[in-house]
Amino acid sequence: MSLEVDDQGYLANRDDWSQQLAEEWAGKFGLALTDQHWQVINAARAIEGESGASPGLRKISKRSAVPIKAIYKLFPDGPAKLVAKLAGIPKPKSCL
Amino acid sequence: MKSLLILGAGTAGTAIAHQLRRRLPHDWQVAVVDPSSTHLYQPGLLFLPFGKETIARIARERASTIAPGITWHRNAVQAIDTARRRVTVEDGVHIDYDFLVIASGTETRPDMIDGMLDAGWRRTVFDFYTLAGAKALQRALASFEGGRLVVNVVEMPIKCPVAPLEFVFLTDAYLTERGIRDKTELVYVTPLDAAFTKPIAAQSLGYLLSSKNIQVETEFMTGEVDAEKQVIRSYDEREIPFDLLVTVPPHMGASFLEDTDLADELAFVRTDPHTLEAKGDERVFCIGDATDLSSSKAGSVAHFQADLLTDNILRRIDDRDLQPTFDGHSNCFVETGFGKAMLIDFNYDTEPLPGNFPIAGFGPLPLLKESRRNHWAKLAFRHVYWHALLPARPIPISPTMSLSGKKLPAEAQASTGGT
Repeated sequence: MSLEVDDQGYLANRDDWSQQLAEEWAGKFGLALTDQHWQVINAARAIEGESGASPGLRKISKRSAVPIKAIYKLFPDGPAKLVAKLAGIPKPKSCL
Repeated sequence: MKSLLILGAGTAGTAIAHQLRRRLPHDWQVAVVDPSSTHLYQPGLLFLPFGKETIARIARERASTIAPGITWHRNAVQAIDTARRRVTVEDGVHIDYDFLVIASGTETRPDMIDGMLDAGWRRTVFDFYTLAGAKALQRALASFEGGRLVVNVVEMPIKCPVAPLEFVFLTDAYLTERGIRDKTELVYVTPLDAAFTKPIAAQSLGYLLSSKNIQVETEFMTGEVDAEKQVIRSYDEREIPFDLLVTVPPHMGASFLEDTDLADELAFVRTDPHTLEAKGDERVFCIGDATDLSSSKAGSVAHFQADLLTDNILRRIDDRDLQPTFDGHSNCFVETGFGKAMLIDFNYDTEPLPGNFPIAGFGPLPLLKESRRNHWAKLAFRHVYWHALLPARPIPISPTMSLSGKKLPAEAQASTGGT
C-alpha cells in the first residue's frame, strides 16, 4: 500500500495510520517505542480526533500524564512535530 | 417562562444574545451572566502599547452594549450543574436554564509558567492581551532605548493567533519612527516550527521577516522565565536573553470549566466542530473562544458562529435536527506596520489564499497581500464592532467561507513562486 504524505512527511489521511506504521517510522528516527511513548502518541491522536486541532505539548502532557520534560526525553529533537508525525496527525499549526 | 442562559457577555455572548432575543418568542427569557462592568474591544489592545489607541475608544460600559429585553446577571459563574440544568453563582445562588450557551472565552494564565510573575513582571516582562498589561507596556516602550526585545508565544492555542506577529511588525515600525530600530534586536520566539506555518503564507510572506530584520526562534517551548538573568528557558534547556520580554502566556478556558466533563485538559469546551453543540449534552452549546475547536479564537469567528448557532438552537428548541453549518470560517486583518495590513479569509479546510475580497476580480480588499486599504479597513472595523457586530445587525459577509475571488493553491503557488 502506498501512503499519501505531505511534503514534510506527515500522513495526509489519519485513517491510513496503524501502530505498525508508527513503529516503522519511529525506527527511522532511531526510536524503539515503549509504553510511555505510546501513552504520549495515543493522547495526541485522541485529542486531534476529538477537536480537529493538533495539540501542543502541555495538553498532550496532561492527557497522557507524562510530564513535558519526560516527553522531551522520549522524543528528543522536537517532540511536538515528532509526536504528531508518529500519531498520524498534522503538525501543530497557526492560522497563517 | 423558559430560559435561554448565556455564560459570558464578550463578543460571542453579546452577539448571540441579541440574535436570540430577536428570534425567540416573548415567553422566553434571554439572559447573560458576566461579572465585569466593562466591555473591551480586544483588537484595540494591539495598538494601545504604541500609543495609537485610547482606552476611551476601546472600553465601554457593558450596560450600554446589552439591549433592553436581555437580562444581565452581574455575577461570576462558579459551577454548571447539567443534570439539574442550573448554574451556580456567588453566595450559592442558582440560575435555572432550559438551554445554555457557554461563551466564557479564554484568559491568559501567566501563573502557569515558572518565574513569569516574579520580580520582572510588568518591569521587564509584559503581556499585551490584558488592558493592564497593554497600558504597562505602553510606558515601557516609551522609555525603551534599545537592546533585545523578545516577543514570545508560549504555546498554542491563543486568542487572535496572528496578533503576536502583528505586534512584532508594529514594534519594528514604532522603533523605526523613534530612530532606535538600529539599536534593537527584534526576536520572535514560537513553539511552532516557523513564524508562518501554512504553505502558501510561508511562501509568500517570508519577506516580511527578512526585510524587517526580525530574528525567529522556532520550536521553543518556554518552561521558565528567569527574571534575574533576564532569559527565557525552554524545556530542552535553550536560553534566549532579553532586555524587554513581551510574552503571550498560555491560555485556558474559564476556571469554572476546569476538571468538568464538559471541558478538555485546558478547560476548553468539547464542542461539535460543525453544529457547535457541546459534546454529551443536548441542552448545552458553545461559541467563541471557549470551544476546543481548531477554528481561530477571533471575533470574526464568534460573529459567524453566532449566526449559525442561533439557527441550530432554534432547531433544537423545535425538536428538529441540527445542521452542520459551521465551517471554521475566519476573516482577519493582519497589521504589517507603516500603515499597511493584510486580510486573510479561511476555514477548517482552506488555508489563507491570495485573491480579492469580498467580490471576485474587484475586491476592494486584497487577500494575503499588504495594502493601505486593508489597514484603514481594520481601523474602521472598530465602528462596525460596536454598532453592528455586538448588537447582531446584518454584516454583508457570509458566515460560511466562499472560494469566489480566491486563487486556488496550484494557481496561488505559481503566482507567488520565488517571491
